Amino acid sequence: MTFNGWVQIALFVAILLVLTRPLGGYLSRVLEGQRTFMSPVLLPVERGFYRLAGIDPAEDQSWWVYCRAMLVFHIVGFAFLYLLLRLQAVLPLNPQDMSAIPSDLSFNTAVSFLTNTNWQSYGGESTMSYLSQMAGLTVQNFLSAATGIALAMAFIRGFARANAKGIGNFWADLVRVTLYVLLPFCIVLTLFYVWQGVPQNLGAYVEATTLEGAKQTIAQGPVASQLAIKMLGTNGGGFFNANSAHPYENPTALANLVQMLSIFVIGAALTNVFGRAVGAERQGWAILAAMGVLFIVGVFVAYWAEAGGNPLLAALGVDNAQGNMEGKEVRFGAPLSALFAVITTAASCGAVNAMHDSFMPLGGMIPLVNMLLGEIIIGGVGAGLYGILLFAILAIFLAGLMVGRTPEYVGKKIEARDVKFTMLAILCLPLAILGFTGLAVVLPVGLAGPANAGPHGFSEIFYAFTSAAANNGSAFAGLTANTLFYNSTLGVAMIVGRFAIIVPMLAVAGSLAAKRKSAVSLGTFPTDGPLFVGLLVGAILIVGGLTFLPALALGPIAEHFAMLAGTLF
Amino acid sequence: MLRHIRASLVILLSMTVLLGLAYPLALTGVSRALFPAQAAGSLIGQDGKVVGSSLIGQNFTSDRYFHGRPSATTDADPNDATKTVPAPYNAANSAGSNLGPTSKALVDRVREDVGKLGGAADRPVPVDLVTTSGSGLDPHISPAAAAWQVAAVAKARNLPEAEVLKLVAQNTEGRVFGVLGEPRVNVLKLNLALDALPKR
Repeated sequence: MTFNGWVQIALFVAILLVLTRPLGGYLSRVLEGQRTFMSPVLLPVERGFYRLAGIDPAEDQSWWVYCRAMLVFHIVGFAFLYLLLRLQAVLPLNPQDMSAIPSDLSFNTAVSFLTNTNWQSYGGESTMSYLSQMAGLTVQNFLSAATGIALAMAFIRGFARANAKGIGNFWADLVRVTLYVLLPFCIVLTLFYVWQGVPQNLGAYVEATTLEGAKQTIAQGPVASQLAIKMLGTNGGGFFNANSAHPYENPTALANLVQMLSIFVIGAALTNVFGRAVGAERQGWAILAAMGVLFIVGVFVAYWAEAGGNPLLAALGVDNAQGNMEGKEVRFGAPLSALFAVITTAASCGAVNAMHDSFMPLGGMIPLVNMLLGEIIIGGVGAGLYGILLFAILAIFLAGLMVGRTPEYVGKKIEARDVKFTMLAILCLPLAILGFTGLAVVLPVGLAGPANAGPHGFSEIFYAFTSAAANNGSAFAGLTANTLFYNSTLGVAMIVGRFAIIVPMLAVAGSLAAKRKSAVSLGTFPTDGPLFVGLLVGAILIVGGLTFLPALALGPIAEHFAMLAGTLF
Repeated sequence: MLRHIRASLVILLSMTVLLGLAYPLALTGVSRALFPAQAAGSLIGQDGKVVGSSLIGQNFTSDRYFHGRPSATTDADPNDATKTVPAPYNAANSAGSNLGPTSKALVDRVREDVGKLGGAADRPVPVDLVTTSGSGLDPHISPAAAAWQVAAVAKARNLPEAEVLKLVAQNTEGRVFGVLGEPRVNVLKLNLALDALPKR
């Protein structure tokens, strides 16, 4: 590990903390329907959407109506994207004559982009037409992110309101987040990325003649406009197969810094939105602190593992001063590759700037653990906040059991029904991950997938289902996932991981909104101090740690000790 | 329910027009006006031909050129479309090797490359010169990896080593703002500079 490496990490954290509060304030205004400095331009557009769609934005929806609107929107969105991918061969903006996408891959991809997972069983530049990338994938990058933020706001309203019937209006939340937050930010980001070297064109792939006279076909496309929302919306689906490791998709260390900040900034700001909504920003900072503790530990372990390099190569006459460089780019090196990997998996983004499959055993375990904990370290935009608030309910329930009082969180009594729904939401993740991984390692079609042998092969399968169910989308990409078996099982895991959390979460939101606010008394457990932060981190680690430790022991931990013993597979 | 379906359809279609067509197409136009070179892929032209992109590495085999890092990219097998064959620096199919740290294939490949480069325990090879990049298209090598090759390139070109060293130094980029990223040498630009030296 180098001093300069830690300076870069500290710089990232400092900028993020500076941005959290102002963006939190802006997001609050947008989500409460207040005027912002962009209203003069955007308000007529917003009203146009409502009029065309027959929506009354002032209608306060009950949790069940909100949930139904969200589900119908996803079914329609799925059908549209599926058809677009199936028909891309006969549609315009296809200069490379990409053929139609097979049904299992179309199913997997459509589910993937709708659930904000962006798992990719395909390589972008060899599969997708420009129309599919723009009108299909870019659009769902925006909408799945907006949905996540909308859902988080609905959950926040559950805590903030008292004796209320509704938790907001899904359509208004969706439209406002898209118009006032995602689109304007992405316009600025796109131009920044192009300035840094990311292509933005609709031309055919360039045929170059190399210095040695060989032909080199260089893929092109409207990359920057998709990259902007891919990072800001924690989507993570690469325009190119190599994602943000591709020099066109992440040309400089400065572009890399902005990409990393884009991944975290909305998720961090939402903790502030939560604090403001419940009347004390300290409540939001406490949540962010719990996330921060888990994040820093992950960064330390991953950076330490990658900076050390691969001892098996050192023995062959290799100078490991740069660390483990297999699957990494020289312009980022070990520190920025490790940092990016921790950020992208902490935040359910899934973009990569280095190949996680080639990380050291413990360096690759950190991304895996981040996802297994439920994507709550910042998490996906919106999803991370409602994910960690579910853990907060659980933590406060455990504290209540210890002292024998009905637990309360930010003035709301947490009762039996709320805890049951919370546990339902939390337990569906291990069920999907361990269930499908178990299935894949006993079936020949599953065992045909891994590219590496030994414990690393198990890790590849385990990582795939973890990534899908946690809606992350990054991969140990050696796994051959574009098969009927993996496309369908991973698709189902993504659906379970998204909606089996959302529906119980909205039910809790509805139940909380209807309760009265109880006053703070001497007996109230303070949820804005270090004791609560510790309790929350503990609850997350115990649930995540105990559930998944055996599987981790079979994969990365076994591989680490095999490596130390010099065993090859 | 019908109300939700109508709202879904209208929002989806109008958002598709806004976010899927207007947004990328408008920015394509603005990008071309503001940053024409970058928007078109940072291409390098020479004598009216495109010789590559300053952001995309290319495959060098001649001993007259500096070599980039090994590349794990592949292409479809011309004899059997279901299979792939190695095709280093295939910029239409970016990919890493995805070999894990305990992979026998990785260790065998590195051992062979270290042997070819003449590395040994007392003269270890810089790690980036024997490991594949994440994209398979890394345009850079570390300054150490460039220094490793100076003597061989100078000999093949019959140039004094000092002159080659000077070109390497000129083509070495530092960290952004002195902090971000790692020092690096753009292999294509360095080789173009070599070719541009007056013939002797």
